[in-house]
Amino acid sequence: MGFLAATGRAFLIFLEATGRLALFTGSALSHCVRPPLYPRQIMRQMIDIGYYSLPVVGLTALFTGMVLALQSYSGFSRFQAEGAIATVVVLSITRELGPVLAGLMVAGRIGAAMAAEIGTMRVTEQIDALSTLSTNPHKYLVAPRLIAGLTMVPLLVVVADIIGVFGGFLVGVYRLDFNAASYINRTWEFLEPLDVISGLVKAAIFGFLIALMGCYHGYHSKGGAQGVGAATTNAVVSASIMILVWNYLITGLFFSTK
Amino acid sequence: MTASPMTTVPKIALKGVTKHFGPKKVLNGIDLEVAKGESLVVIGGSGTGKSVMLKSILGLLTPDSGSIKVDGEETTRLRSREREKLLHKFGMLFQGAALFDSLPVWENVAFGLIQGEHMPRSQAKEIAIAKLGAVGLTPDVAELSPSELSGGMQKRVGLARAIADEPEIIFFDEPTTGLDPIMADVINELIVQCVKDLGATAVTITHDMASARKIADRVAMIYQGRIIWTGHARDIDNSGNAYVDQFVHGRADGPIKMQIKAL
Repeated sequence: MGFLAATGRAFLIFLEATGRLALFTGSALSHCVRPPLYPRQIMRQMIDIGYYSLPVVGLTALFTGMVLALQSYSGFSRFQAEGAIATVVVLSITRELGPVLAGLMVAGRIGAAMAAEIGTMRVTEQIDALSTLSTNPHKYLVAPRLIAGLTMVPLLVVVADIIGVFGGFLVGVYRLDFNAASYINRTWEFLEPLDVISGLVKAAIFGFLIALMGCYHGYHSKGGAQGVGAATTNAVVSASIMILVWNYLITGLFFSTK
Repeated sequence: MTASPMTTVPKIALKGVTKHFGPKKVLNGIDLEVAKGESLVVIGGSGTGKSVMLKSILGLLTPDSGSIKVDGEETTRLRSREREKLLHKFGMLFQGAALFDSLPVWENVAFGLIQGEHMPRSQAKEIAIAKLGAVGLTPDVAELSPSELSGGMQKRVGLARAIADEPEIIFFDEPTTGLDPIMADVINELIVQCVKDLGATAVTITHDMASARKIADRVAMIYQGRIIWTGHARDIDNSGNAYVDQFVHGRADGPIKMQIKAL
């Protein structure tokens, strides 16, 4: 009986959390499209997400592209397929590694910062203060972050794609002695628009999820410093897991030929 | 500073308001009326439901049952748009000031003017600096970040923000907590001054009796989620109520037993 009760209770808590998240998402989304919007807040978030994440995303992409070239060379040379390296690099980066790794890095950087900032605002009553100043906190705090996440992460991924492919090129040409022109040719040869587009669609969804998790956990944090710490952890962990799950689902949607 | 005649509609009226968190009943049927232009101080110990009562009136919390009327209109079932409009009437000074630390001091004060009333920033800044002056702060404070200010200065900025768009009703949540006695008295005088200048209705919750005596026209005592006594501020020392007596004189012995063990 104890076991049944515990299972039931856990299930109810799960349902409650799901419902609360759904309501939160619905309300936040509706505030993204209903005026007034807060251009200053949107701008601030865009700079935070788009501009200040450039170094970490760029470095991640560069080394990922480099290690991809190196790994596929040592693997593919076993069956004389070195020629496919450029194609492998560009397809892996644009379709998978660009959006996923950029997403995970941004989740760590931005998701945590959002949860910590909004969480602190919650426990110091700043969110209540917003309401008493006739400003809807969902509109002022959450909507700008969602908009910025949705638009900036795809742009970051465009940059990551370019730098990642460039990293593969560097290793291919300067370490593995490929001809530069033929490496570039190989890169373009099998690349299709859908490869890049699917990656950017992923990026937009990841950006949205990161901002949503950061805001949601921050917004519902309670109990002082410890609560804010827990909110930050939950934001990063849940965003990361959602990125990996949605990555599989979107890939299935785009590329399920069978 | 006399209370309005009882024939007029009270500014705020609570009837049978209840609220519980989990198994704990925090508000247990609050009945309270605040007349227009009067300054009511609600006294009571920690955890008796003072803050929950204020937040229920503001709509930050939704009561389980009961009625809350502002200017005679029911507010417990308002939608968010209507709620935003209603909150234009309110200003609030939070216990920890609750200043927005991402904004400079002047933007904190001007926040309601810029976001709520869509005033141009330059005009709002002028008003903000004037309001800072009204609470005894010089214009050079305006550009500082809230984290650079002392606790007393933060309270003053919070007060300036609460009065910036000239609300009809102002709430003060433990305005003197955490301040030294002199700064506490400065804040008390500012509160009295600001409320008088605006002709606003004020509700203050506090457990600081010096503050209560200074600010109040009328005093209400809350105990176990109920208002157990209301009366004129000058009657506070001979209330004839054992609970009020014990609280006012700060005695450990009396009908109020401190809950040492958590529920």
